[in-house]
Amino acid sequence: MIRIRGLHKRFGERVVLDGVDAEAEEGSIVSIVGASGSGKSTLLRCLNGLIPFDRGTIEIAGFRLESGGTTPARELTRLRAAVGMVFQDLHLFPHLTVLENVTLAPRVVRGTPVRDAERDGRALLELVGLGDRASARPSELSGGQRQRVAIARALAQGASVLLLDEPTSALDPKLRKEVAMLLRDLAGGIGGDNEREKLTLVVVTHDHGLATDLGGVTWTFHAGRIVRPASDGTTTA
Amino acid sequence: MRTLAVVASVVALVLTLFVPAVARADAVADIAARGELRWGGDLQGGAPYVFEDESGSGKIRGFEVEIADALASRLGVRARFVQNDWSNLVPALERGDFDLALNGLEDTPDRRSRILLGIPYFVYGETLAVRKGSKVRSLDELGGKRVATLNQTVAHDLLKVRPVTVVLYEGQQEPYFDLAQGRVDAVLLDHVIADLYGCPLKTVQCLPDDVARGVYVAGIRKDQPELKRAVDRHLSAMIADGALKAILGRYKLWDARQDELALRSAPALPAPSASSAVNVAPPEASVSDTKDLGAEPRPFDTAQAMLFLEGAGVTLFISVASFAIALPFGLFLALARIFGGTTARVLAVSYIEVFRGTPVLLQLYILYFGLAPVVRLGPFEAAILGLGLNYAAYEAEVHRGALLALPSGQGDAARSLGLSRLQALRHVLLPQSFRNALPALTNDFVALLKDSSLVSVITVVELTKRMTIAAVDLRDWVLPGLACAGLYFAMSFPLSRLSLCLERRLSHDSHPRLA
Repeated sequence: MIRIRGLHKRFGERVVLDGVDAEAEEGSIVSIVGASGSGKSTLLRCLNGLIPFDRGTIEIAGFRLESGGTTPARELTRLRAAVGMVFQDLHLFPHLTVLENVTLAPRVVRGTPVRDAERDGRALLELVGLGDRASARPSELSGGQRQRVAIARALAQGASVLLLDEPTSALDPKLRKEVAMLLRDLAGGIGGDNEREKLTLVVVTHDHGLATDLGGVTWTFHAGRIVRPASDGTTTA
Repeated sequence: MRTLAVVASVVALVLTLFVPAVARADAVADIAARGELRWGGDLQGGAPYVFEDESGSGKIRGFEVEIADALASRLGVRARFVQNDWSNLVPALERGDFDLALNGLEDTPDRRSRILLGIPYFVYGETLAVRKGSKVRSLDELGGKRVATLNQTVAHDLLKVRPVTVVLYEGQQEPYFDLAQGRVDAVLLDHVIADLYGCPLKTVQCLPDDVARGVYVAGIRKDQPELKRAVDRHLSAMIADGALKAILGRYKLWDARQDELALRSAPALPAPSASSAVNVAPPEASVSDTKDLGAEPRPFDTAQAMLFLEGAGVTLFISVASFAIALPFGLFLALARIFGGTTARVLAVSYIEVFRGTPVLLQLYILYFGLAPVVRLGPFEAAILGLGLNYAAYEAEVHRGALLALPSGQGDAARSLGLSRLQALRHVLLPQSFRNALPALTNDFVALLKDSSLVSVITVVELTKRMTIAAVDLRDWVLPGLACAGLYFAMSFPLSRLSLCLERRLSHDSHPRLA
């Protein structure tokens, strides 16, 4: 469940978010589309608590973020465990193996014993189809494989919301389809594993084809606002 | 192996530049033709020997300046002063940098065997200085104590054969300073130096009786006996006609000791007395066991080799210890500069600019001598701290550059996973930046290894100092020079290989490629 109310954010003189209101159900897939510089990526960073905002509130994965960056650090750490983020450039850690990339946060942030973290990490890598590349370095992987590592890393702390920034911009059409399928699978109960919490996906893209492949709802951004309510009425503008 | 051979031959080539000089047909005729007598001394020796006029006009004064002027005018030429580091006066004379070394050179068997020495122009007494309240009254009571003096002096020769720890200095003020500070227990030096720099100090007491007597003489190249004859003739005349007395009198140096000058100017010159008997040693007394005083060139034997290894050990220890300060402290400065608030940033930048922008030699002096009234550091502590603090400024910039070279997204990614700033640094940024910094860090460590030779100014005998001492003892720069160079290389080369291995092990990306 995501609920955004009256979100404003400016960088200096430039207004980037100008009153964003939106809601998304648990387990839904939201595609955010819009021109470059319309505020899509900024919204994503606000949702993860990476940057503070000036006005409004965000409710996400059971947490509530207030304006002005007043959220305590401890709360932010828990929020970030619950809200995974996949960057456009992925930013995998090049000095770590694939498995270490995935297990770093559970070990360091949550203090999960190495053995347990690695067991969970391997399971996640299986899930995204990389079970056999655990000890490879990111530099040894293809673009599509790296994308999957980034997704696994973002989910490693048991996230219930996954934010993705332009996940397919560097991929060819075939790989794009694969990633779209993977994301749909994840949203629908993670690999058919019904015991897992349902995953909410928020995907920023300017690739309308991906938005179509993913299904779900679409928020269209223009000049810092969501301009077209989705057909099922989950957004209000 | 080929690299080694190349390095060795380059070193040998450079060292041959220091090797004695070309013979001259007739030195006196040369000087006359040139119209000037070039004489070498060290302004750092200061008053009353050779020093710059207080007026700041750049003119030099001192009793040796006047002696040189008098000698020159009696030779019918002008005198020209050549500034030269005191400890290298003899090699420089041999190289032909000047005709005459005239700067408190003592008549020692060592010098006598290496160069020609003129007749004495000054008689000095070795004065033993102790701290006020000390019960020590003679050299013999100093067993096991730390005694300071200058390198290449008769005082050093006297101390070498005794069971004391000799602490060698480069300047004459510092030994007394350290005596007052309690870093040494006594200072043995010429009375001229003692009277000027030691005895006036409140906490220092000079013992009244001379430990030994010696003379200052002019140094002349071995192949110029005719110049020696001319110098001796004119000096004898100056002693006879009172010209020398007038000069020494002007500097308040004429005392009862100088009565010996006339006696000592006899053609057959005695070696200086090295008797530890108090008061006046008879001028005829000569040193029976000249070997102990370094008259014969010593061979490069196992004992020398061990001393070199020890020097290398000191160099390595100081370098490793100071780098162990520089590395983490530099990292701290870099982090303060990148991530700190305004105050932290300003402080870090100021520190870096000040320590990088001033000579490390100066910093060592300030740390060891300047701050002594506040913090009294031993030579090793001061050396390690001084080099460490200086190199921290450089390492800070290395770390900063390596951190800034990382994509900004690495930090974002770590933070988005819930890592704290510290955790992000520790697990994500620093492991990567360290790998980027490794070549520059290795570079700096190798530079530090060699910069550590600077700490000899605060009495630490490390590899380079050991080499200069040995070169004097052995009368040879080539062998000690090669040994010294070889040891430095033996320390730095494996290190660069090690760093390369480490770099490869930490490497996670392919090398940058062109085309």
